[in-house]
Amino acid sequence: MNFFSDIILMLDSSVRLAVPILLAALAGLYSERSGIVDIGLEGKMLGAAFAAAAVAAVTGSPWLGLLAAIAVSSFMAMIHAIASINMRGNQIISGVALNFLALGATVFVGHSWFKRGGSTPNLSTEARFSPIELPFAEQLGGIPIVGEIYEQLISGHNLIVYVAFLAVPVTAWVLFRTRFGLRLRAVGENPKALDTAGISVTRLRYQALIIGGILCGLAGAYLSTGQGASFSDNMTAGRGFIALAALIFAKWKPVPVLWTCLLFGVLSAAQIRLQGVEFPLIGEVPVQAIQALPYILTVILLAGFIGRSVAPKAVGQPYIKER
Amino acid sequence: MRAQKPLPRWVDIALMPALNVALAFVVGGLAVAAVGEDPFRAMQVLIFGAFGYGEGWGFTLHFATSFVFTGLAVAVAYHAGLFNIGGEGQAYVAGLGAIMVALWLDQTHWVFVLVGSTLAAMTFGAIWAMIPGYLQAKRGSHIVITTIMFNFIASAFMSYMLAQVITRPGANAETETIAETGRLPLLSEYFSAFTYSPLNITFFIGILALIFVYVLIWRTKLGYQIRTLGANPEAARYAGISAVAIIIIVMAISGALAGLMAVNEAVGVQKRLGVGYVQGFGFVGIAVAFMGRAHPIGIALAALLFGALYQGGQELAFVMPSVSSDLVVVIQALVILFTGAMSEMFKPVLLRLFNRGNGEPEPAGD
Amino acid sequence: MGQDSELAIDLRGVSKAFGPVQANKNIFMPIRRNSIHGIVGENGAGKSTLMSILYGFYHADSGEIFVNGTKVQIKDSSHALELGIGMVHQHFMLVDNFTVLENIILGAEGGFLLAKSLKAARSEMERLARDYGLEVDPDALVEDLSVGQQQRVEILKALYRGAEVLILDEPTGVLTPTEADHLFKIFEQLHAQGKTIILITHKLREIMAITDSVSVMRRGEIVTTLKTSETSPDNLAELMVGRRVEMDAQKTSGDPQKKVLEVKGLSVTDELGVPRVKNVSFDVRAGEIVGIAGVAGNGQSQLLEVISGMTEPLLGEIWINGKRVEFEGAKTAAKMRHLGLAHVPEDRLKTGLVAQFEEWENSILGYSEEPKYGAGQILSHKAAREEADQRIEKFDIRPPNCRLKTANFSGGNQQKIVLAREMDRELDVLIVGQPTRGVDIGAIEFIHKQIIAMRDAGKAVLLVSVELDEIRALSDRVLVMFDGKIVTELTPEASEREFGLSMAGVDPHEEESTPVATGKVSAGAKEGVR
Repeated sequence: MNFFSDIILMLDSSVRLAVPILLAALAGLYSERSGIVDIGLEGKMLGAAFAAAAVAAVTGSPWLGLLAAIAVSSFMAMIHAIASINMRGNQIISGVALNFLALGATVFVGHSWFKRGGSTPNLSTEARFSPIELPFAEQLGGIPIVGEIYEQLISGHNLIVYVAFLAVPVTAWVLFRTRFGLRLRAVGENPKALDTAGISVTRLRYQALIIGGILCGLAGAYLSTGQGASFSDNMTAGRGFIALAALIFAKWKPVPVLWTCLLFGVLSAAQIRLQGVEFPLIGEVPVQAIQALPYILTVILLAGFIGRSVAPKAVGQPYIKER
Repeated sequence: MRAQKPLPRWVDIALMPALNVALAFVVGGLAVAAVGEDPFRAMQVLIFGAFGYGEGWGFTLHFATSFVFTGLAVAVAYHAGLFNIGGEGQAYVAGLGAIMVALWLDQTHWVFVLVGSTLAAMTFGAIWAMIPGYLQAKRGSHIVITTIMFNFIASAFMSYMLAQVITRPGANAETETIAETGRLPLLSEYFSAFTYSPLNITFFIGILALIFVYVLIWRTKLGYQIRTLGANPEAARYAGISAVAIIIIVMAISGALAGLMAVNEAVGVQKRLGVGYVQGFGFVGIAVAFMGRAHPIGIALAALLFGALYQGGQELAFVMPSVSSDLVVVIQALVILFTGAMSEMFKPVLLRLFNRGNGEPEPAGD
Repeated sequence: MGQDSELAIDLRGVSKAFGPVQANKNIFMPIRRNSIHGIVGENGAGKSTLMSILYGFYHADSGEIFVNGTKVQIKDSSHALELGIGMVHQHFMLVDNFTVLENIILGAEGGFLLAKSLKAARSEMERLARDYGLEVDPDALVEDLSVGQQQRVEILKALYRGAEVLILDEPTGVLTPTEADHLFKIFEQLHAQGKTIILITHKLREIMAITDSVSVMRRGEIVTTLKTSETSPDNLAELMVGRRVEMDAQKTSGDPQKKVLEVKGLSVTDELGVPRVKNVSFDVRAGEIVGIAGVAGNGQSQLLEVISGMTEPLLGEIWINGKRVEFEGAKTAAKMRHLGLAHVPEDRLKTGLVAQFEEWENSILGYSEEPKYGAGQILSHKAAREEADQRIEKFDIRPPNCRLKTANFSGGNQQKIVLAREMDRELDVLIVGQPTRGVDIGAIEFIHKQIIAMRDAGKAVLLVSVELDEIRALSDRVLVMFDGKIVTELTPEASEREFGLSMAGVDPHEEESTPVATGKVSAGAKEGVR
């Protein structure tokens, strides 16, 4: 029994750790399916995390914080759009620039507003997204296994967690069952096919990047006003890149993105729990090895040692109407 | 349009980048104004902090030396059509080699430490960069993603090494300190104007590296092959140039250059290796390379500018408490954005300006 | 009232410039409803630009467009489609990993949810397939289809959108003769159902065979519009180029000597493992030009790549001057040059040049390792530039400036840069792919003369071209390729019929033998579109 609740606990923290990665990876999915490389997930998330915490701290409302997060993240997505769609610049460079922009600007602004060396003040409970008890969680908690899972694992997360998990089937539905999804998939493969069919490539890519901006906004708000209670310097700590790795790992497909993010969530949770634990035969596993595992797995996958991950064909290439 | 009169060479290589950089500073200035400080005074403080006195110069040149290395690393790879974002990790891992050799030789003479740690840093950096190079050349993995992943792997690997393997007992994840006998000479020992600045003998290695890259890219047959591959891989195949070999060689050179930063920073100044010693300088190299248009002269100027920003930025944060030194990171981001991703921003305007009287030029997209 | 007009399309004074280049100049072109109208002209005559304007892809600078007698401003492609104008591009605009059905509804889904649109499209597709003989499996992935089938998908796409006027840009360029015949049958069906067809081509035979009227374009202008029945191929050719074409490059008969290039049992597969060249053997002697004819995409490109050392063969051997060539990866192409082989590639900008390089840098491409450009690793700019200057003079490359960026030279001059580099040296074998593709008439003559001069100087020349006239004008012997095989050897004087048959895979020497492939497109032909 003890073992079972241990597992539940670990899965619970895995879910919490997976959420920001999941949202960011879905953001990347929209963007890259439309043919725009999105190295800037990290920066958008970071900018959003700051905006959410700062606005929530000032107004006391997590909702206004969320709105600010989405606004900042979408604004950054628009910079990316202008650089890579209108100016046909290098999408990777633009993404790299956005990451630094967020890294510098959050601390620069935070320092001047709050005088705490870049961090924001701690948020009160009301200024954060608080856990939501699902109906009958307490009553059902008594039922072994199913009830426990319901009460401890499924219930009791904040709103953004549920939004994130809901975003997976919604994305799958949009991508494969709607007109927008069809066009999105087409524009990442062969933008010219759309252009000659009279559909604006520019508009479609802008739409995809806006959706990505909103999702990164959610991810950032989750970090600073859901999971955490303030913003601190570089608080995304590479999650945007983990999300990118997850996206590649999942071959740009929504449901596999969910599984990959959960796997990476489990790895992060394990990394905390396995500190100092002796394993039979191999002894103590260095924390750093588990830390590096998602990255190593992605490298191995990209090298084609375990299957192949092929990006949308037109990804990274600016669309130029030829004569 | 192709048939349109092209821009004069000086506009293309000097004026446009200068305008882009200027724009980055204007936006930076607006940010300063937004937090209620006078941007012009901030500029003054910044310039004075960087160039106003000997020690400032020393710090500026010291930072610039590191940026020359990481900037050249990005530039060399860029000539082969590769975007090496892994300078950060390469410099980090190179620190391991550099410090190990330095600690091994530090009872002899600084000359041995300099030569030994330089070779070790280059080797370690080269190896760390060659793996992504190999994976791109042989297995088709995208070098951008792989080098990003390698930065994180390097970070985990190095914190393990520093915490568990070559750690100084009792310390929190850092190595032993290099003994007095093996420390690299500071330039202030010869030029007293530099007073307490960390500028050291590695500065000259930086100058050598600039010359080396110029000669390599433009005056050797290998450089010709590198540029051919970078500009048109299909033409390289036609010419019988082995892309696999070139990619691996170029990444090795790139990683070796990034690795040299370890000599300047870890061996030369900190005299030990600590967690996260690279401090994002590997990424500054990206800004430096783009601003410098991947040419050594441009890189030298860009590195100097960023050295001044880093040094002056600290001074600025001291004088104007509401302006944090992270302003430098913002400007760095804007420089990457404007000179890298939006480099042709001013082109339509300039084309119109220079083609006046020759009829209306074609707008950027037809 | 507009419907009363007899003209489906009427262009009145349409002009379009790209910068200083006048792509279309004051074009007048009336096209009668339910007619098949041809537009002929050389490469760069402005045919595609004009049709792109009609399809809303570009906007005319001036002039008027009337559709069914009503003046319209065509805003974009979707507007053109609304007006009933559909276009099948030379390079298909399909999403490879989509099904046929998905491709057909793309951009014309008719609702937010796909399920309904797909269902509606499926039954509409069945109807169209019945009416026009356009059978394609709606659930097949486009990447699995042959070129001919992909083209049918493109036509279906246009019809699904209600196109009454169908523009086809060089539709037979990538088709085998059998497939082209099938396409013409589809045209007849379309014609019978009242559609108007605009056919852009540079093949006069097609114009004569199928069109009712024809417009000839030259240098962005309409030279004339004629009834097809009132003209002849000779007449059209003359109008197209503006004077009688001397395709018979003045050439004496050759004097073949010893075998210099020998190809033995060569087979090549592409990166996907599809066979492209199948057991090909031939040889080229010193002092002769051997031409390889065939429809684009039948393995000629792959053959050139292997002989020049750019790719490795699956099977077979290549011998140069009696020595067998060992293949050793990417370096083989460089080694071939040491053995005395020079290669003018099919696509100069993609393969033969680096556009961003200065002219002199391209003048050493492939030869940079030679000691004359500097000892060891040193690259001597001086030596390379001096040589480049000499070549500029010898080959009359304009402007005569070796420091100019290669992208700033015209197509013909770029081709001369490549020719100069490959011809102006010690060599025994010259292999040339599509030497005059996209090159203006004046340069064509110059290039042909140079190739013949190489032969007369005793070099072995292998010429690959999809322009049959060029092959016949230059070659001493002609090998015809189809589906990766050499079907037969012909003399340049062989009849049209013999060339036609062999290019379709039938050896005219074997009387009435069965075709090598019927109907089904070769894997090679499919590659041509990519």
